[in-house]
Amino acid sequence: MIISRQKEREELLQALSGMQRVFIVGCGACATACKAGGEDEVFRMQENLAKDGIDATGSVVIDEACHIMRAGRDLRHHRQAVDEADALLVLACGSGIQSISSNTDKRVVGGLDSLFLGNVRRFGQYEEKCSLCGDCILNETAGICPVTTCAKGLLNGPCGGMENGRCETDPDIVCAWHEIYERLKRQGRPGVFGRTVAPKNWGRRGKPGRHNVER
Amino acid sequence: MSQLRERLTAGTFVVTAEIAPPKGTQVAAEVETARQLSGMTAINVTDNQGANMRLSPLVMATLLRQAGIEPILQLTCRDRNRMALQSDLLGAAALGIENLLLLSGDHARFGDHPQARSVFDLDSVQLLQAVNTLMAGTDMSGKKLDGVPAFFAGAAVSPEMEPFELMFQKYRKKVESGAAFFQTQAVFDAGKVERFMAEARPLGRPVLAGVLLLRSAGMARFLNANIPGVHVPDALIERLEKATKPLDEGVLIAREMVAVTRDCCQGVHLMTLGHEGRIPEILAG
Ligand code: SF4
Ligand code: SF4
Repeated sequence: MIISRQKEREELLQALSGMQRVFIVGCGACATACKAGGEDEVFRMQENLAKDGIDATGSVVIDEACHIMRAGRDLRHHRQAVDEADALLVLACGSGIQSISSNTDKRVVGGLDSLFLGNVRRFGQYEEKCSLCGDCILNETAGICPVTTCAKGLLNGPCGGMENGRCETDPDIVCAWHEIYERLKRQGRPGVFGRTVAPKNWGRRGKPGRHNVER
Repeated sequence: MSQLRERLTAGTFVVTAEIAPPKGTQVAAEVETARQLSGMTAINVTDNQGANMRLSPLVMATLLRQAGIEPILQLTCRDRNRMALQSDLLGAAALGIENLLLLSGDHARFGDHPQARSVFDLDSVQLLQAVNTLMAGTDMSGKKLDGVPAFFAGAAVSPEMEPFELMFQKYRKKVESGAAFFQTQAVFDAGKVERFMAEARPLGRPVLAGVLLLRSAGMARFLNANIPGVHVPDALIERLEKATKPLDEGVLIAREMVAVTRDCCQGVHLMTLGHEGRIPEILAG
């Protein structure tokens, strides 16, 4: 899922300066799981803003805010409250915020910072394991992504800074290449160590990405 | 013609040292330091070393050449994508620079611009391949070059790194990708260097062992805690601790390491960090 966290209060108030009435949008999917933009957080945001003299004209938690059409439909259901607001405050990831902004010309204020595509270790503990490079190498790297989990994204083995299986950039994290090496050894296959990996084809990634499933 | 290439090919024991370009435009002091190192075969010019922003190593290397000093241009993958790297390489060749040391580079997190976006479009192995592609007459996309560079391209290795096989597979990849020589991370453990050379020798590439002058026990501890891939053994730290003149002891330790490398390596790369005057003693005996 997309890992996000709420912006600091000062930054948010700065973005809302001059506004008296906002319509608050949350997201029922990732932002709820991250405790950044679910029912609870929308409610609390409403209370906190009231203390700063900003009233909520209404609110909605969209099932998945990244769904552009669904977001549009939900906004239409709350047309009056939306129209009364100076801006829409969106507690969703950057995708979700843009689902909203692509449905209205009203000011949209994002309340969250989006961090990464994350796995859940346990509740409230998230780890980045894939950075969506468009050219997946996992089948050769024992299911461990060096593009993402090696701090330098190296493709041909560890840098000279690896120490005791730890990453040079942070002794609290393991060196991805040490992990890959150990697991391939357990599997008894050379995997990625059997060849020199060519430079990554970033052209396959496309920016902005677009994908249509063939029907 | 690169002296470094000639001497290593002839099997002469080679000594190199390094300078860092200045932070700023005043280059005179660095050129002067390099002049003091005139006994060396070649001088490495570091590339935003430790991820600290400094003057372009390509420019610094060119200034050394103009002063009659042979440079080894270091290039890292941290700050440039494959287009910028290739274009700098062509520029280096046009300016008469032959020796290269191709590195991944320290992460920006370590340096004075921790907010910078690290590039790492290529890794060090892929950069070696890119250099060899240029030398074969085309760029990485297969387009023909008008004027083909002739480099003597080296790479780095950390012989003391564990697990040995994991470190060595990358060494092998670098050899296969065209590394013509190697300079090592600072080494302190004779046994580990000998073990590495026993495996590396059959691959037939000259290895210049990194020898770093330790000033004090405090410095050794600092290196262990802060410099990735450097490990000063406790026994050496103890020697420095007990010495009345730690710098003299450090010179002695460096000299012992040089003696080890004379037996098993093809040269040394000296890192004396401001004590260039002690180099003759380190190389004596
Ligand atoms: S290689 Fe890594 S970043 Fe790329 S798609 Fe696979 S897991 Fe994701
Ligand atoms: S120590 Fe390992 S994970 Fe960290 S940057 Fe180097 S190779 Fe990548």
